[in-house]
Amino acid sequence: MKKVYATAGEALEGLLRDGMVIAAGGFGLCGIPELLIAAIRDAGTKDLTVASNNCGVDDFGLGILLQTRQIRKMISSYVGENAEFMRQYLSGELELEFNPQGTLAERMRAGGCGIPGFYTKTGVGTVIAEGKEVKTFDGQDYILERGIVADLSIVKAWKADDTGNLVFRKTARNFNPPAAMCGRVCVAEVEEIVPRGSLDPDHIHLPGIYVHRIVQGPHEKRIEQRTTRKKETA
Amino acid sequence: MAEAPKGWDRNQMAARAAQELEDGMYVNLGIGIPTLVANYVGDKDITLQSENGMLGMGPFPFEGEEDPDLINAGKQTITELNRTAYFDSATSFGMIRGGKIAAAILGAMEVAENGDLANWMIPGKLVKGMGGAMDLVAGVGRVIVVMDHTNKAGESKVLRECTLPLTGKGVVDRIITNLGVLDVVPGGLRIVECADGVTEEELRASTEATIVG
Repeated sequence: MKKVYATAGEALEGLLRDGMVIAAGGFGLCGIPELLIAAIRDAGTKDLTVASNNCGVDDFGLGILLQTRQIRKMISSYVGENAEFMRQYLSGELELEFNPQGTLAERMRAGGCGIPGFYTKTGVGTVIAEGKEVKTFDGQDYILERGIVADLSIVKAWKADDTGNLVFRKTARNFNPPAAMCGRVCVAEVEEIVPRGSLDPDHIHLPGIYVHRIVQGPHEKRIEQRTTRKKETA
Repeated sequence: MAEAPKGWDRNQMAARAAQELEDGMYVNLGIGIPTLVANYVGDKDITLQSENGMLGMGPFPFEGEEDPDLINAGKQTITELNRTAYFDSATSFGMIRGGKIAAAILGAMEVAENGDLANWMIPGKLVKGMGGAMDLVAGVGRVIVVMDHTNKAGESKVLRECTLPLTGKGVVDRIITNLGVLDVVPGGLRIVECADGVTEEELRASTEATIVG
């Protein structure tokens, strides 16, 4: 069982094909698989459907795959802060399926757990409910949402051991575990690959069963909105 | 036409919204004025949830201490507290959808007298996405909207019916604006209080929605 690869390009070898569905972890630019995204750009894979909460910014994260026109369709909850995304969507070049954020996360989790669909009250009475089955439980309406099973998951974690057990850091965890779970194959990029036995088994966030290939950073980890406060002088 | 009443400013609206929060509550604050509510909770033991995967959100970091792995749902750098817990997005929305969050304080483009809320898009003009707002309004215990009472053209944002695509149907419990506080009740809205310097007549005149009682 060899899961560790030397570069992001090598970790994706044999996994990419035009028209495939990719689930990507990350929220904004936090915890995004930036190395794997760059490697997909370099590979030139086209007509991608990408399930990801956001689509990066114009020049970083998934935004770079918009610039190269490699993405045909996005499944996302939020596209603000990305001018090129908005432009391609409004001009009809890019297909966009809006999902409420929690519905998107649950679709990924469910897909990875062998649950093909689930009922949720999120979006009832809105455009999100259009065309979806409505079922009443205990007097309240719910809509049917489908689990997502992706051809490939790309995620970012803080630490991994060589068996693929992952540990995330702070809010960089976000969509990474559910995205990892819903892929037929999952490639994880991490900041550090640590020796087997050095991660506390009680502190593993995502067990290695979900992770098929691993590559180590370095990462740029860009900050989208730097907000600070002044130190009070005594 | 007489000059429109101004009432509360952004900070006063946030301070008024903070009065809605009770000791021990887990609360989600939206982007904009709702974020300011955190400044006015005083001694109350309030735990802030950030839907990107955090309970126990702290203030902005000191300059030079920003951490790219630690942001809020508005993608701003923040800090953790000694009570903080992190989790993934599916777990985060599990607690939202599951009704574990006592209240959400959110901004809005429009609110209607039946509690309908619109705050995620203007067709053909502004496409941002709903983010977590649809999940929040469907799942949390109490939805409090904080917004300006009128738009830049002076037209009421508190309407008989929303004109924009909805974020949620019949989900709003209370509306706090620069002119006052209104509750969604059967048949329309009920005035809870008027902002400082605003008369009930002025509040009614600036409101398109039906006011009952």
